[in-house]
Amino acid sequence: MSSSAGIARTGAPRFLGLEGLIALMGGGLAVLAWDWRVTLLLGAWLGAWAVNHGLSQMGGRWRMRLVPVIFGATLLVLWEMTVTMFAVPSVILPGPLAIAARFGSSMDVLWGDFVQTFVKGALSGYAMGCGAAVLTAVAVDRSAFLQRGLLPVGNFVAALPVVGIAPILVMWFGFDWQSKAAVVVVMVFFPVLVNTVAGLRATDAMQRDLMATYSASYWQGLFKLRLPAAMPFIFNGLKIATTLAMIGAIVAEFFGSPTQGMGFRISTEVGRLGLDMVWAEIAVAAMAGSAFYGVVAMLEKGVTFWHPSQRGR
Amino acid sequence: MKSAGPVLGVVGVIVALWYAAAVLMNAQWERDQAGRAGVEIGWTQIVPATMAQERPVLPAPHQVAAELWQLTWGEEVSGRRGIVQSGSLSNRGLVLHAWVTFSATMLGFAIGSGFGILLAVGIVNNRAMDASVMPWAIASQTIPIVAIAPMIIVVLNSVGVAGLIPKAIIAAYLSFFPVVVGMVKGLRSPDGMQLDLLRTYNASSAQGLWKLRLPASMPYLFASLKVGVAASFVGTIVAELPLGGAGLGTRLLAGSYYGQTIQIWATLVVASVLAASMVAVVNSIQTRVLARMGMGA
Repeated sequence: MSSSAGIARTGAPRFLGLEGLIALMGGGLAVLAWDWRVTLLLGAWLGAWAVNHGLSQMGGRWRMRLVPVIFGATLLVLWEMTVTMFAVPSVILPGPLAIAARFGSSMDVLWGDFVQTFVKGALSGYAMGCGAAVLTAVAVDRSAFLQRGLLPVGNFVAALPVVGIAPILVMWFGFDWQSKAAVVVVMVFFPVLVNTVAGLRATDAMQRDLMATYSASYWQGLFKLRLPAAMPFIFNGLKIATTLAMIGAIVAEFFGSPTQGMGFRISTEVGRLGLDMVWAEIAVAAMAGSAFYGVVAMLEKGVTFWHPSQRGR
Repeated sequence: MKSAGPVLGVVGVIVALWYAAAVLMNAQWERDQAGRAGVEIGWTQIVPATMAQERPVLPAPHQVAAELWQLTWGEEVSGRRGIVQSGSLSNRGLVLHAWVTFSATMLGFAIGSGFGILLAVGIVNNRAMDASVMPWAIASQTIPIVAIAPMIIVVLNSVGVAGLIPKAIIAAYLSFFPVVVGMVKGLRSPDGMQLDLLRTYNASSAQGLWKLRLPASMPYLFASLKVGVAASFVGTIVAELPLGGAGLGTRLLAGSYYGQTIQIWATLVVASVLAASMVAVVNSIQTRVLARMGMGA
């Protein structure tokens, strides 16, 4: 890292000087042309940026951790300032404080939606879809014909707008969580399949020969060598699938749902102009999505501790 | 093409399974009809009947193909509202809807990837920007952004922005972060030796960008452009759900309201072909560019 930052560092002072000049000129223009509210916003932005710039120049582990937090907080503060100072109506954009208040006051509704969409829809579909994909990959792996035939098809399907299948699955499986889980299964299946098949081919000839000299059976070779070697690839697919699962479960609810669920709440509250509730729901979706991803990433760290990408951190 | 045979085999098996599933899933309706009419019917009558239902649970592939033909060529050439007789694309046919969705996707994709590349250049050149933005760019990929599409659409509509722009904004948003993350990786891919060489030439940071970092980032850029264009397309379709008017997403929702299963499947086929061809176009540009740059495989 230190060597690759070389060019950036030699060029940095001039670049920043230019940037600072532009920022100053922009600020000056804004003061002249606009009213005090814009000046205030720009002032807050530039102040926070100066703090961040200083922190990142000083370096250090904790300071670098602080920088994105300050950046995020600045955005929130600017958002709140804009909404309050320009008196933006809450049906267009509620401020973060209003959203937080709504979040606190309707915990029970949000929790019910979370259980309906995430636990029942996304999680069950994710488990079924990923399980089926890994099993299929192991089956496909035994036949060269299937590998050559199924992989291009799988790659093709993985690029398709699979969400579009949601209306059909909602018709087949009804409005409750079963149809959402079905959409999630279809969405996560192909990315995990393609990654697992690629992973099962990741062992090199030397390692397979070693297993052969031990006269290992197919299953021993699979469980002791090829599945462990495939784990980085499988987890790559599983991580992609976490986001897809959330998207599938939420979007499928736009096509029909019981009177509960994150997608249902978003679409009805948009219709009722209760945008603070929509944003609260989005906050839940964001937290659930990141937590889901985080859990899978932690599992990956535990399972593939031997892989170069996990070592030395 | 060594894999043409296996691919055709697998596709053939899928089509065969599709026909079998169509027969099994549609048979119940035929039995109910016969039961209500008080007639016994056997499989010899059921099987052909399941292939020709008006609103089947699962339409047979040839029904979808026929509907697709009817909604594109048939509607435009011989339909009353088609391009031949009225001079404009029919709003009942799929060509218009596909075009609407495609143009919003392309506009959004261009905006999103353009800004993504710019931000990535900024991130690579500026430590403060790197430390501030990068963690959020990575975290935002774990968030189901598509879910907020309907809200953005409705809000923009209420402040008077309608038509192509709101959809394009969502498409741009979805292609933005994959391009940023991929491009930052790409711009950082030159190794220390190469960077040191440029330093011995006393190259400025702009020269380093133009002559080393940007060329080196091309494989990463194209990989993330392919992800980005697919994400943009999904975003546009989802964004069209609450809108009404034209677009493939609207067609999907209308089809699901009125139980027009064959129409849904035909729309899905159009969407898939569109998505696959967009990725294929990016792919062929990638092959050409990398070949010209001497990086082709």
